[in-house]
Amino acid sequence: MNLLNIIEEIEKVDPEIHERLNPRRAAIKNITSFGSKVAVAAMPFAIGTMFKKAYGQTSNSVVDVLNFALTLEHLEAAFYNAGAAKSGLIPAADSAYLNLIRRDENAHVKFLQGVITSLGGTPVAPATYDVTGGNNKGNGPFPDVLTNYATFLAVAQVLEDTGVRAYKGQAPNLIGNKDILTPALSIHAVEARHASAIRKLRHDLGQAPNIKPYIVSTATLGNDTGVAAANNNYAGEENVTQGGVNLVTALKVSTAVATASFDEPLTKEQVVALVVGSFIVVN
Amino acid sequence: MKSELNPTTSGANMARRSFLRYAGASAAGIALIGSAASCKKDKIIPTSGIDIGSGDIGILNYAYALEQLEAAFYLQVVATPYSGITAMETAYLTDIRDHEVLHRDFFKAAIGGSAIGTLTTDFSSIDFSSRTSVLGAAKLLEDTGVRAYDGAGYLIKDPGYLTIAGKIVSVEARHAALISNLITPGSFVGDDQVDANGLNKSNTIAEVLGAANGFLKTKVNAVNYNYKA
Repeated sequence: MNLLNIIEEIEKVDPEIHERLNPRRAAIKNITSFGSKVAVAAMPFAIGTMFKKAYGQTSNSVVDVLNFALTLEHLEAAFYNAGAAKSGLIPAADSAYLNLIRRDENAHVKFLQGVITSLGGTPVAPATYDVTGGNNKGNGPFPDVLTNYATFLAVAQVLEDTGVRAYKGQAPNLIGNKDILTPALSIHAVEARHASAIRKLRHDLGQAPNIKPYIVSTATLGNDTGVAAANNNYAGEENVTQGGVNLVTALKVSTAVATASFDEPLTKEQVVALVVGSFIVVN
Repeated sequence: MKSELNPTTSGANMARRSFLRYAGASAAGIALIGSAASCKKDKIIPTSGIDIGSGDIGILNYAYALEQLEAAFYLQVVATPYSGITAMETAYLTDIRDHEVLHRDFFKAAIGGSAIGTLTTDFSSIDFSSRTSVLGAAKLLEDTGVRAYDGAGYLIKDPGYLTIAGKIVSVEARHAALISNLITPGSFVGDDQVDANGLNKSNTIAEVLGAANGFLKTKVNAVNYNYKA
């Protein structure tokens, strides 16, 4: 895919292409997640979504939202299935605990497939996954994810927190839709329960002694996981203004309390940039 | 518990203006001060009821009522720790107290003049010296909070408010999982809260208020949502 050629072609029919893409600089920044190798691999997909945004053609139909959710659930299920299948990775003492999460993620896949089908849609098929985040090269930012338990849990936490943010970002696309929004919010809550549980496990095992079950950001860094490669997964969690109220200045709380009390959403484009071309393999 | 906020900060005013824009004219008259006619046999409870109202303001007031209850509970928990509390438990419960107090104060500031009043709680059923009693009540409140937000989300008309509710409910779910894990390690997605599809259970406004009012002297009603205490 030759991006420069594409943009040149578009310029012929739309001289304002650069202007249209400009507001999407934030999205471009997000491509840098999980290291630059991954970022390059993620480009085609991300550019595609930027075009959609620039031309206002992003479809937010219910089936699209559910297929986006299913895409993430496939990844989470694949991640925990891979962990469970790898002998010697998960200590026996934690096996039941993590199997609960694996059970839920696989249940979410089934549930979403059923709902999408019932709406007349076609559920997205599972993709190829690289749990190292290396887009099928197995050498992503987390090369020892299946041999080092601490890495496995760190990635699990990042995926869960990202999942929470992704569902939250889609809620407005399902507004007023009792039959779909309620289960979506219900999955969202379960992902948050998982995130809390993984965080507590990492803390209790001494892998991340200062981690809390909630995301405690600083004024400049959303990411509290100690996993620098995941900074973009937590971008925006440092926000302290809610509904026009600056919690720190108006309500006199610390940044830690302000950020831990509210989880922040991610857009579909942000999430795609974070996981596609890294964990979800694209050729 | 007496920490009074000044809701007339500029940020709060801005938020209130936008709330009112969406809530329309009905916002003004919603704080029905009901009579104390909640008939509990021959016992007269000398408190007045409150109604959450309707529309998005009604749902925000519903959330505000629940956050008031949670905040008051954790303020008491931290002020009078149960016997045998560990340093880690103190840290967690203090964090949660701070989150719930902020949720409460946020709603008060954001809803502004349309906010329901301060609720009087009744925690006589809780033994604050007992770990089992305190964590059991905490679990009930957190689980109920999650179910309440999940169950009422579809009633919200404004995407901005829905997002704010989403920002809070996932934190409540984190609390719920933590409290469950403190009570019984590995119970963070127990089948009392999560169904076979991996969905958190949800509740209607009537169901939630029926439970919440057990901890409230000021009864919270929702006549527009088929609930009267």
